[in-house]
Amino acid sequence: MYQYTDFDTAFLAERNRQFRAQVERRIDGTLTEDEFKPLRLMNGLYLQLHAYMLRVAVPYGSLDPAKMRQLAYLAERWDKGYGHFTTRTNIQYNWPKLRDIPDMLDALADVGMHAIQTSGNTIRNITSDHFAGAAADEIEDPRPVAELIRQWSTDHPEFQFLPRKFKIAVIASESDRAVMKSHDIGVRIVERDGTRGYEIWIGGGMGRTPMVAKQIKDFVPRADLLPYLEAILATYNRLGRRDNKYKARVKITVHETGLDEIRELVEAEFPHRRTAFSGVDQEWLDRIEAAFVTPTLTAQDPAPYQTARAADPVFAAWADTNVTPHKHADHGIVTISLKAHGATPGDASAHQMRVVADLAEQYGHGDIRVTHAQNLVLPHVALTDLPAVHAALRSAGLATGNIGLASDIIACPGMDYCALATARSIPVAQGIANRLEELKIEHDVGHLQIKISGCINACGHHHVGHIGILGLDRAGVENYQITLGGDASESTAIGTRTGPGFAYDEIVPAIERLILAYLDLREGPDETFLQAYTRLGMAPFKSALYDDKARAHAAE
Amino acid sequence: MPREFTPKVITANALLEGDVVYLTSSDTWSRSLAEAEVLTEESDAQYRLLQAQARSAEVVGAYLADVRPGPSGPEPAHFREDFRLTGPSNRFHGKQADGLETP
Repeated sequence: MYQYTDFDTAFLAERNRQFRAQVERRIDGTLTEDEFKPLRLMNGLYLQLHAYMLRVAVPYGSLDPAKMRQLAYLAERWDKGYGHFTTRTNIQYNWPKLRDIPDMLDALADVGMHAIQTSGNTIRNITSDHFAGAAADEIEDPRPVAELIRQWSTDHPEFQFLPRKFKIAVIASESDRAVMKSHDIGVRIVERDGTRGYEIWIGGGMGRTPMVAKQIKDFVPRADLLPYLEAILATYNRLGRRDNKYKARVKITVHETGLDEIRELVEAEFPHRRTAFSGVDQEWLDRIEAAFVTPTLTAQDPAPYQTARAADPVFAAWADTNVTPHKHADHGIVTISLKAHGATPGDASAHQMRVVADLAEQYGHGDIRVTHAQNLVLPHVALTDLPAVHAALRSAGLATGNIGLASDIIACPGMDYCALATARSIPVAQGIANRLEELKIEHDVGHLQIKISGCINACGHHHVGHIGILGLDRAGVENYQITLGGDASESTAIGTRTGPGFAYDEIVPAIERLILAYLDLREGPDETFLQAYTRLGMAPFKSALYDDKARAHAAE
Repeated sequence: MPREFTPKVITANALLEGDVVYLTSSDTWSRSLAEAEVLTEESDAQYRLLQAQARSAEVVGAYLADVRPGPSGPEPAHFREDFRLTGPSNRFHGKQADGLETP
């Protein structure tokens, strides 16, 4: 884990001092809301439906026990005892008061955390693979590069007023666990002829106009990464449309200008940028890399793990679903589900955060990750320790064995909290999960990703859900459109709309019909929902959605 | 013929607390929709909104929200205002928990 230098600490203290003074000036009336709003957004402070919301950055989703405990402390001291982990691997507090925000930011700074650039038209939190450092298939740990980009992009004077927000993800494997191709820029660490470098993808995104990123450069040498990114950002900063919020993302710039022309412009800009980099960034990268050493994992006897599996079917089922093979065969990567059936996806209580911090300290080499799917990860746990970890998680309501299953739903806060939402997301997720639990079918159904957004901005990633749900306001009533065939993995695909939407009380039964139809249609348990959809196309699923509904209606 | 004017209230979020408030006829901000001044004429509504928006030291984002008459005062005409009046549906927080949900 990267530790702040004296420079970082001083920078953050000064920034927090400035924002404290800005809050005071807003309260005493010196600043109007129009003046204050851009300042508060730069510091992660939103005003939502019922209250302020503070969005705290969790760079590339990495936490340690001290940071997690401080997040728990904030939840109890200044919020209502819980926090909400987001699809950008950040954490949001839903109920802070304006006067308390400066104290919250100071408390975050005490553990090397902040809320800078979690909002506004800037480069947002850099995301990465939540299995970084533990995954068997990675070329190297992608987080040092993510940290380098974080440092470069934080308060970068040229990129504080971009046409629109800008999101960057870094991965280091063929498998994409970070939805890289749905980012404004995706960086994939690759190796060519024994040399490490970067494949650069551009123009992915969700929102109103979903697009899959295109490859702009197949190999950027290590020392050229930051100048190349800067050349892209500078090109976008100049070309990006500022006349229309919905056409301002770089995906539209790429679409309207054309990939080849953008590439030429970037290549023309690159040499100017490159000369400004003396190599100090590479020295920094070396220093950062030294802070991300995978812990020394001593060989462990996995026999107790096998014994526990044989003795406890609940433990075995949880391990099968929530534990991923580690690069060290006698260790596992534990994903902790924040998706208990009927709970709010991504919410964790202060107590749960502390339990995770304790487990990370005791069994997990002090390493915790937040995933874009709104779960937590202990990336390095010895198999022999899994029974104890499972027992502790169970007592904290954190042992739901549903990772990758249909109730492991991504849902944005929706109209229960968000001022931009057009419909609710959370109760739809709760309804689907509860229904799956009643039917006891989700282990039979297998891998199925359902993703729900409460408006067209698509924070809930519905475009890339195997089943995507988009909540809209249709003539003053909540209405939910369904898309099928989206894919968030390395074979990224945008889902296709099934047809007319469903009312709030119809959407859970509609999803149930889809899932039951899949069980009827699949060639066998090995064929996933997405594979069955790819083989069969829309027709049989559409029939299950609409013909059955028509039949049920006729029978009434 | 001009469309009939839907009755409105002025609502905003309080500057310090961030919670939902409504403008009363005595120019105070109330946490309860039942106490809100119901505006039935467009010109009056626009005038009162300008007055409300000028009070930026007290509230943020004042706007006009449609209401319809109910047994104990105005009721939200749109579901978004229902949620603002009640609180989130996944947790017992917000106005519903503060005993301020009305009517």
